[in-house]
Amino acid sequence: MAFLPLTDSAVPIVARAKGFAEQQGIALSLVRTTSWATLRDRLVYGQVQAAHMLAPLAVAVSLGLSQQRAAIAAPFRLNVNGNALVMSPGFAAALDPDPEQRVTDPLATAHDFAAAIGLHHRKPLIGVVHRFSSHALMLRYWLASAGIDPDRDVVLRVLPPSLMVEAMRGGEIDGFIAGAPWPNIAVAEGLAEMIAIGALIWQRGIEKVLAFRADWLEAHPDAVDRLLVAMASAAAWCDDPRNRDELAQLLSAPEHVGEAAEHLRPALAGRMLLRAQGPTIDVPDFLHFHREAAGFPWRSQALWIYSQLVRWRMAEPSSENERAAAETFRPDVYRRALGRIDVPMPGASMKLEGAIGKPLGVGAHRGTLTLGPDRFFDGRVFDPHDIAGYLSGLPSRRP
Amino acid sequence: MRIVIVDDSGPRASVLEEGLREAGYDDIHLVPPRGAFVARLERMAPDVVLMDLGSPSRDTLEEMLVVSRALARPIAMFVDQSDEAMIGAAIDAGVSAYVVDGLRKERVKPVLDLAIRRFSAFARMQAELDEARTALADRKTIDRAKAILMNHRGLGEADAYTLLRTTAMNQGRRIVDVASALITASSLLGEQH
Repeated sequence: MAFLPLTDSAVPIVARAKGFAEQQGIALSLVRTTSWATLRDRLVYGQVQAAHMLAPLAVAVSLGLSQQRAAIAAPFRLNVNGNALVMSPGFAAALDPDPEQRVTDPLATAHDFAAAIGLHHRKPLIGVVHRFSSHALMLRYWLASAGIDPDRDVVLRVLPPSLMVEAMRGGEIDGFIAGAPWPNIAVAEGLAEMIAIGALIWQRGIEKVLAFRADWLEAHPDAVDRLLVAMASAAAWCDDPRNRDELAQLLSAPEHVGEAAEHLRPALAGRMLLRAQGPTIDVPDFLHFHREAAGFPWRSQALWIYSQLVRWRMAEPSSENERAAAETFRPDVYRRALGRIDVPMPGASMKLEGAIGKPLGVGAHRGTLTLGPDRFFDGRVFDPHDIAGYLSGLPSRRP
Repeated sequence: MRIVIVDDSGPRASVLEEGLREAGYDDIHLVPPRGAFVARLERMAPDVVLMDLGSPSRDTLEEMLVVSRALARPIAMFVDQSDEAMIGAAIDAGVSAYVVDGLRKERVKPVLDLAIRRFSAFARMQAELDEARTALADRKTIDRAKAILMNHRGLGEADAYTLLRTTAMNQGRRIVDVASALITASSLLGEQH
């Protein structure tokens, strides 16, 4: 299984290191990879059988938007949320001076950001990890809410997460959006300030998925099921606060993330430093792995990704593309694999995204399942049955 | 045909460039993947880009290939589905190739074959070099341990070595591990050597 060194690679790392994979009779070996392109190629060409993949990249490969087309199957989400946008102190100076106010009011901050663009000495250069990343889609969504055209008013520069901090230090970029620990490191080192937090832009955002080649997944149902059980057990372990220190230590090993545990702990604990030597804020949902059926691959979220790809003219709107995107997520496989263990199982495979304001009990096949609030900061609701209607209400790329 | 090699390792890129020149290609450029390398690459308008699969900058390169307005013809990953073995070999060797639209397969294949061979040969050479370095370091450690034994126990060189070897065999450890344990212990006891 290929992975990129990020805090949210925790579940596969724990599945191997804590023996959850072995308990299921899976000899899991992890292949550390430094670019999404290489992770994609290793998966598509069968050098690995599974990957820790950006959810939008999984959809894009299925749609043939990222080099070689291949049907990808994602039966499990490896985490929820985990991203943050940071900008240089110089740029941040033009925003609300209270950093807590900034991150807790994303709508106001987006408007301040729009005003700050004109004051900056150049078009702001913002690092994103990949065009088909949740981070880039979230950043575009947030910028556009304040009338900023992300393809015209800012420059989005693709850089691997592990090079963001160096690019910041060298002044090559003015800010970046990436997964933990990289934003945390940039802030701790005084290179940047926290501007927006993924979990406050979309409270239950889509992030990494466990991806297979669809043909491999179909041919090896038993191995897939056992791997999913291992991942679900590992995810439960990762979410347990008692394991946080051990998890941070484990991730800090050079063969895993390879950064100091002190930089890894904040994301796990949901305690974010907003400015060097400055205040912290508690964001309990900053990154989580297990609770609220976090692993369940909602097809409505695959379709939300599709809607954003269409919105930014990265994908053609068509019923074939819509179907291929939805079919990338495989709740059927999740149900088959995890039906035999004790996890709450959602009754539906799609839901309105952004409609839950406070914790809500939902229909489940077993046990009780409570879903946490999943609002977008602008209050919009995504109805997967009316994508065209949703898109017509959103500002989009100018032709 | 203009070939650009994007690679961090000077020696590996040189090995590849040399091979390509010997094979008769003469429009070859090396670009290390640092700073604004995509802008340089864009200006060069290459027909073929060869890049280290392990380079973290592949995503940056692919983004340029998607959005570039300067490139007259699109460049995409060289993928020949009829030759799965070749794709596997390329990934094993750690090389990825991007080829300009419309370039015929017969013209590209020899370049990629050569890149795969050279990258593999370089990886083998690197492994051998690492092995040789380790062997040299091990020998130095063993020599120091032998010297300690010769000083303290009045042994000859051959006997000192035999003692190390026997101890290693009895404990099921490697000679070099016993030797370095001896060196550590000896320095903890304040010995000078």
